[in-house]
Amino acid sequence: MSGLVLALTVLLAAAMIGAALVAVIGKSLPIAILSAGLVSLVASVLFLLLASPDVAMTEAAIGSGLTTFLFFFILGRMRGGEHD
Amino acid sequence: MIRKFAAILLLAGIASIFMGLLFTYEPDAELNTTARYYAERTAADIGATNIVTAIVVTYRGLDTLGEVTVLFLTAAIVGLVLAHGRRRTSDKRRLAPVGELLATGSRFLAPLIILLGVYVFANGHLTPGGGFQGGAIIASGVLLILLADPCRCLSHRVIDTVESVSGLFYVGIAILGIVLAGGFLDSHLLPRGELGALFSAGAIPLIYALIGLKVGAEFSSILAHLSETEEL
Repeated sequence: MSGLVLALTVLLAAAMIGAALVAVIGKSLPIAILSAGLVSLVASVLFLLLASPDVAMTEAAIGSGLTTFLFFFILGRMRGGEHD
Repeated sequence: MIRKFAAILLLAGIASIFMGLLFTYEPDAELNTTARYYAERTAADIGATNIVTAIVVTYRGLDTLGEVTVLFLTAAIVGLVLAHGRRRTSDKRRLAPVGELLATGSRFLAPLIILLGVYVFANGHLTPGGGFQGGAIIASGVLLILLADPCRCLSHRVIDTVESVSGLFYVGIAILGIVLAGGFLDSHLLPRGELGALFSAGAIPLIYALIGLKVGAEFSSILAHLSETEEL
């Protein structure tokens, strides 16, 4: 793994941890959902850098696309019950 | 306080496991025996340029059948649990209108997303991706349609028919493999064809198209059930 790719990998990993922290600690539910989707998106880029495009596609389609959509869908349904 | 302490302790434990893995990790200088077998023999044996697809559909085809079954069970259980809260088609709830951007954008994007899903599973033996990825992409297209128009009722009969028919054909092809080729789920049912062509690699394109349709229909049925249920 060349130096540039390694630097990019470390940067992406840091971004992933940051997004995960925002998702856990943040107060706003929509931002937490978006950050959780961002974690999956960065994970799929990392899978691509690790030369596994098949896994990267699954992660991007299900982790980043479908679950984020689904969470927003449910969030729209339970507006008002956020303080449980 | 004690909960926080337990969480930190758990995280530290997981971190120590991963640190151990990281520091004892040595990349292999060469492929191990199984990997070398797959890397060397796939092009000649199966005729697929994507080795992952050859492993998923042919060499480890039974595992894939199991995964599809697990997904089918999930869809069935979601349908069973949510079947009671089904909204009547007559009393549609008053929902705030979705934005112009979402309504127009989904009309433009949903067919393209579904087309991309079909492309991904039709080229599963040539390029990365395959039935599961293509099916998930199709389902996200369906989800976009549902988001843009929450009152739209997708036809459950169509989704269920696509799901059952593709599942039946998948198992049918698998059993035909015993009769006409080397064994259960053998892809040598059809001629191997030219390496890299769209219609090549035996029955793999057919099987992956069926898996893609089945996975797409299963995810879509889960989403349609979620969108139609009243008590959520």
